[in-house]
Amino acid sequence: MSSADFLLRNVLTADQVRVDIEVVAGTISRIGGELTSPFPVVEGNQNLVLPGLVDLHTHLREPGKESSETVLSGSQAAVKGGYLALSAMANTSPVADTAGVVEQVARLGRDAGLCDVFPIGAVTVGLKGESLAELAAMAHSAAKVRIFSDDGNCVSDPLLMRRALEYVKSFGGVIAQHAQEPKLTSGAQMNEGVVSSRLGLKGWPAVAEESIIARDILMAQYVGSRLHICHLTTKGGVELVRWAKSQGMAVTAEVTPHHLLLTDELANSFDPVYKVNPPLRTQADVSALRAGLADGTIDIVATDHAPHPSEEKDCEWSAAAFGMVGLETALSVVVETMIDTGLMEWEKLVDRMSLAPAAIGGYEDHGAIAVGRPANFVVVNPKERWTVDRRTLQSKSSNTPFDGRSLPAKVVHAFYRGVQVLNDGQLTGSKYE
Amino acid sequence: MSVVLEQSEIERSLKRIAHEIIERNHGLDSVILMGIPTRGVTLAQRIGEFLRNIEKPVPVGTLDITMFRDDLRLRPPRALAKTEIPAEGIEGRDLILVDDVLFSGRTIRAALDAIGELGRPRSVQLAVLIDRGHRQLPIRADFVGKNIPTNARENVRVQLLEVDGLDQVEVGI
Amino acid sequence: MKRAHLLSTQELTRADALEILDTARQLSRATDGAIRKLPTLRGRTVVNLFFEDSTRTRLSFEAAAKRLSADVINFSAKGSSVSKGESLKDTAQTLEAMGGELMIIRHSASGAAQRLAESGWVKSHIVNAGDGMHEHPTQALLDAFTIRSHFPEFDRDFTGLRIGIVGDILHSRVARSNAQLLTMLGADVVLIAPPTLLPIGVDTWPVKISYDLDSEISSLDAIMALRVQSERMNDAFFPSEREYAREYGLAGSRLRALKKNAIIMHPGPMNRGLEISAEGADSKQSVILEQVANGVLVRMAVLYLLMGGAPIPTEGVLV
Repeated sequence: MSSADFLLRNVLTADQVRVDIEVVAGTISRIGGELTSPFPVVEGNQNLVLPGLVDLHTHLREPGKESSETVLSGSQAAVKGGYLALSAMANTSPVADTAGVVEQVARLGRDAGLCDVFPIGAVTVGLKGESLAELAAMAHSAAKVRIFSDDGNCVSDPLLMRRALEYVKSFGGVIAQHAQEPKLTSGAQMNEGVVSSRLGLKGWPAVAEESIIARDILMAQYVGSRLHICHLTTKGGVELVRWAKSQGMAVTAEVTPHHLLLTDELANSFDPVYKVNPPLRTQADVSALRAGLADGTIDIVATDHAPHPSEEKDCEWSAAAFGMVGLETALSVVVETMIDTGLMEWEKLVDRMSLAPAAIGGYEDHGAIAVGRPANFVVVNPKERWTVDRRTLQSKSSNTPFDGRSLPAKVVHAFYRGVQVLNDGQLTGSKYE
Repeated sequence: MSVVLEQSEIERSLKRIAHEIIERNHGLDSVILMGIPTRGVTLAQRIGEFLRNIEKPVPVGTLDITMFRDDLRLRPPRALAKTEIPAEGIEGRDLILVDDVLFSGRTIRAALDAIGELGRPRSVQLAVLIDRGHRQLPIRADFVGKNIPTNARENVRVQLLEVDGLDQVEVGI
Repeated sequence: MKRAHLLSTQELTRADALEILDTARQLSRATDGAIRKLPTLRGRTVVNLFFEDSTRTRLSFEAAAKRLSADVINFSAKGSSVSKGESLKDTAQTLEAMGGELMIIRHSASGAAQRLAESGWVKSHIVNAGDGMHEHPTQALLDAFTIRSHFPEFDRDFTGLRIGIVGDILHSRVARSNAQLLTMLGADVVLIAPPTLLPIGVDTWPVKISYDLDSEISSLDAIMALRVQSERMNDAFFPSEREYAREYGLAGSRLRALKKNAIIMHPGPMNRGLEISAEGADSKQSVILEQVANGVLVRMAVLYLLMGGAPIPTEGVLV
């Protein structure tokens, strides 16, 4: 009897069915009501059981900036937040633009043994936006990269973007664009609008995001390739994606939890914990993003977890780094903004945070709880509220914009390939070997 | 509180002080008056009126001593009042400070510092309506309207027509 | 005014602003050649924390502090530890450790003064001497003081005064602070600039906007010309200096179109021939040098009101 044999008793599925789940050798063997099993029992206490969350946009900082986060610490933070699959963005040092680096990141994920780490490959060499990286080499490496992104930077050269979109078709890859026209956002600090005009901070206009989205949607359609749009933040962007989908185009889009809740009014404090790229926008944008996530225009939630050391936030705004951590608060924020407001039910949340991202990434072991699949699921208490404390976050970094905030929904247990990596909200210390 | 000086007594005191000023200074050629806001200014103007009627006009100015106080840190920042130096200046003159009540002497000490920054009078003299005792510094008045021994805990309240609508001095808790 | 810091004109009430202006006025009577030095801040230490080059503002604050007998420590960023990468936090803490009780900060980052005041890094009083494009409160106060001294009927209330600010509004902390303060005091403020030099969102400010100086100029009681940096041409904010001077320069016939008792203001330093002609700068209606003198008085008033009374707790900005 290995540790990957157990019976999870008395949980509710997302569609409110009460079940027991039996796991044998890390695989789901039975799902049903009132199961009897020889294996140790984990009590579910009528909490929700969800397939492990899948993040298509995480910055794990390793290799190169291990003071902010490592693949291990990021995996630990992920598990605490209910995430069992992470896509690690390529803006590490060295950049993940070769088979060697992506294989290294994948191996670090396996060594950590807490969740699946799928490296994302850079689109251009060094993220410089000048020439294509060896995309096929990364796709055919042991890391089996399918998602490519220069995130942090925009692939702004239209010709290069066209080539990249065409090239990845040969191995079923997808380009994930960080939409930001560099010439309209040079030196930009926050959303361009009423708040930035008062504060005297250089603005990052919505049109700099929307113009790239519009271009890339049309281009992807033209060359017959998939397109994924990272961190959508504007009403106009939502409308563009809605139109694209209505035309049957293969466009997918993501939104971050912080863009579902926070606005640029927070910059009035000049506290750089609210400084992020793309920036927090207006209430009208927040409403449009929520509606877009609810109606499926926006396919997934992705955290854009961006850890930074304290000295890069404990300073004046313009000197501070862009980014917020988010793995540990994502589920709670989505519950607060989408479920508690009545915009979505839990089944849709599972789609947006697990099933759909797994589909986009091609992560077959994730996205659903079904007999025969690896036991990648989490138990969540939707009623338990908790208060975010930046000092006790699992991540190595503490740059959360939610410090001191009370949020709903606590991740209680997490099982990764059958191994219980989280018990009662705490890491168990076990890992999958 | 009980009234210790009423209107006619105040007038008489100020008139007497005016005569004493003329006598002490052997005429008014070198005299200027500087009132310490708020009520010292009113008193200086009244004494100046008397001097003008008795003999001749003298320059009258105001001297705000707020910035020279030694107790600024004990209360929120105090509002400043006007300082107006007469056109004739103070150099070489007999400068007579005018205030309503002489108590610890610290206000006058501050006034002496303020004058020090303005120039060098030939002499500085002090005229007060009330001397209530309890000096904390070696300061004394040259011209006193009335000496009123008081308890340190007591308040002395001076009211003047131009500022308060009536002339009277009260003492009490 | 029970205030620990002066970070922006936004946080001042009308009563606060008038208190500062009234205090400055009383100091002016005292300092017209007569009282040169006041002992009020003797033994206290004021720090000039200047991360941006600015001789005139720094000297103005230094003169103000010294007239109040305070000791002044000057820190300027050029060639200092900051150019070697020392952070704002470390620099401020070091200077406080040397005895600074009040820090006057000039920085290129918007919000730097507020960060210094609210972060908990230091306990000192903070005075914002200009933070990026955000605010320059003592400049607005000395401008209001100057206007008031020329329009004594408007002493308590600027309602009825029409004040124009012409120039690079987008990048100007002087424009932001003045628009805020003068409007709060009751004036009608009109901002005049080409569309490229007006911020998106300016239509939500309580001011009038105009692209046409000539249509506004004859109705103004005061016109404030802002310095235009020629570097802005490189970012295509306007095509050439010549075009800017022609369309928005305070020169020639525009000067003659001004009301007889209107005043010409400029925060300095001037680009003679660009935003203002030599004729304008030297005209009888120009009060530019008075602004400089008034700056010392206003800054003395600010230092006195922040530091001169009983100690005020500095945690957070008092509203």
